[in-house]
Amino acid sequence: MAKVYEKSPAFFDTFERKPSMQKTTHYCPGCGHGTLNKIIADQLTELGLQDKAIFVGPVGCGVFIYYYFESAAVSAAHGRASAVATGVSRANPDGVTISYQGDGDLAAIGTSNAIHAANRGENMIVFFVNNNTYGMTGGQLAPTTLIDQTSTTSPTGRTVKNDGYPLRMAEMMAGLEAPTLVARVGVNSPRNVRQAIKVIKKGLEIQRDKKGYVFIEVLSQCPTNWKKDTKEACEWIDDVVSKQYPFGVFKDMTDERDAVERRCERVEFSAIAKQLGLEADDSSSDAQIDMDKDATQFKFAGFGGQGVLSLGMMMAQLSMQHNMEVTWLPSYGPEMRGGVANSSVVVSKNTIGSPVVELPDVLVALNRPSLEKFGPLVPEGGMIIYNSSLIDQVPADLKGSVFALPATELATEAGTAKAANVVVLGFIARKAAMFKLADLEAFLTETFKKPALVETNIKALRAGWEVAENL
Amino acid sequence: MSDKPSVTVHADLCKACGLCIIHCPKGTLVASDKINVLGYPTTVVANDDCIGCANCYLICPEPGAITLVKP
Repeated sequence: MAKVYEKSPAFFDTFERKPSMQKTTHYCPGCGHGTLNKIIADQLTELGLQDKAIFVGPVGCGVFIYYYFESAAVSAAHGRASAVATGVSRANPDGVTISYQGDGDLAAIGTSNAIHAANRGENMIVFFVNNNTYGMTGGQLAPTTLIDQTSTTSPTGRTVKNDGYPLRMAEMMAGLEAPTLVARVGVNSPRNVRQAIKVIKKGLEIQRDKKGYVFIEVLSQCPTNWKKDTKEACEWIDDVVSKQYPFGVFKDMTDERDAVERRCERVEFSAIAKQLGLEADDSSSDAQIDMDKDATQFKFAGFGGQGVLSLGMMMAQLSMQHNMEVTWLPSYGPEMRGGVANSSVVVSKNTIGSPVVELPDVLVALNRPSLEKFGPLVPEGGMIIYNSSLIDQVPADLKGSVFALPATELATEAGTAKAANVVVLGFIARKAAMFKLADLEAFLTETFKKPALVETNIKALRAGWEVAENL
Repeated sequence: MSDKPSVTVHADLCKACGLCIIHCPKGTLVASDKINVLGYPTTVVANDDCIGCANCYLICPEPGAITLVKP
């Protein structure tokens, strides 16, 4: 019977995801990536695994892996492919997870992700394409660059003194207990390609059989960045690179290992809610907050420790309890106390596009810098509530309706200055007719739990509420 | 269908890296000065001495650039 060697159906016929030249890959002439892609595609076809394959792409020259394979694919952030592949593998126990990474991705920024995925023995096959350089960015020194090898960032060659030794990833992976198969292969000659095919086929069979982690380092020529022609580049792998990174199978536990089942059970939302004590209350209605606009944007600002983040959180949670869509976005410095802080809250009847509040409908300024910074941003028709206990000067150019609320004083009278934010909550709730007093009190009771705290906060809440009521 | 192996280079997919030429034991694949759609001088089939060793298919980095039929 005739044997036909041709483009694997595991590849798209036309690379429609590619913006131009959709019949060819983006790889440079003679690059090992293309050869490796072909081997993987052929073996997926041969083993009938194309429809089970889920590729996780790296950042680097391999980034466009999703252009080529007619299989599922995810792109990971730089270096995170093995971590993303862990999630992919666990969530798709019946799939074949393929993490495809270069040496800049796997052996530099993503070393920890790669090693821990290996050490957990995740069901995945990792192709580590090692070309001793950062190819996509133009040939900088990588951890895998050879001693004396020149790069754009080691123009006189890598030195041990300055850059350490070339990192042997396959040997490191083979030193771990968990991996099932660890090997290093080449794609620089037909002889090495034949060897690579055997190892890659075995690696994919291990994935088909769920027998754990496979790491295949592939020495790949990079004629472009090595500044060699394709023949020289391929010969250099045999003559020089493979002396530092020898070919071979470093670990093979295929026969000793059993299938690892890490079945990911689907958990119903109600079970999670029950675990978190959030059991749905059947008596609640679908009633939403009655607002003039479909969405209201809040900015709560002050110095750290005044509770502006919590105030935003309370507003968001209360609104959520009233079946509104909400977002809460905090902004604060590294200080636990002092410094400036604010939180942005959007309350909407519809899905919210962005949590960023640039022109707040409602501004709460608990200190002077906050009023000066955000006050002028409140448009006509907006509301500004400032803490008149701490602010004695109000900017002249404010457009919204301005309310002076002695929040700190009222809170101190209620029992603690820390409750100034709750005074404001009471004020807004009454002024904007957002919530009923009883709902607020129930919320505070649930939030603060300790009876003494609940009492103080309810007092503070009522103080703010009454100021609004008596306006 | 011929009973001999036959190799085809799809000219518009060839990037002229030359690796198939280096590894062809029969001189069947050779460089040419025909410029293809990508702007590369494409590799061509120069004789019908192909023995079906598949070296060219295996080393070629470009999916689809080389098709080899072995009877």
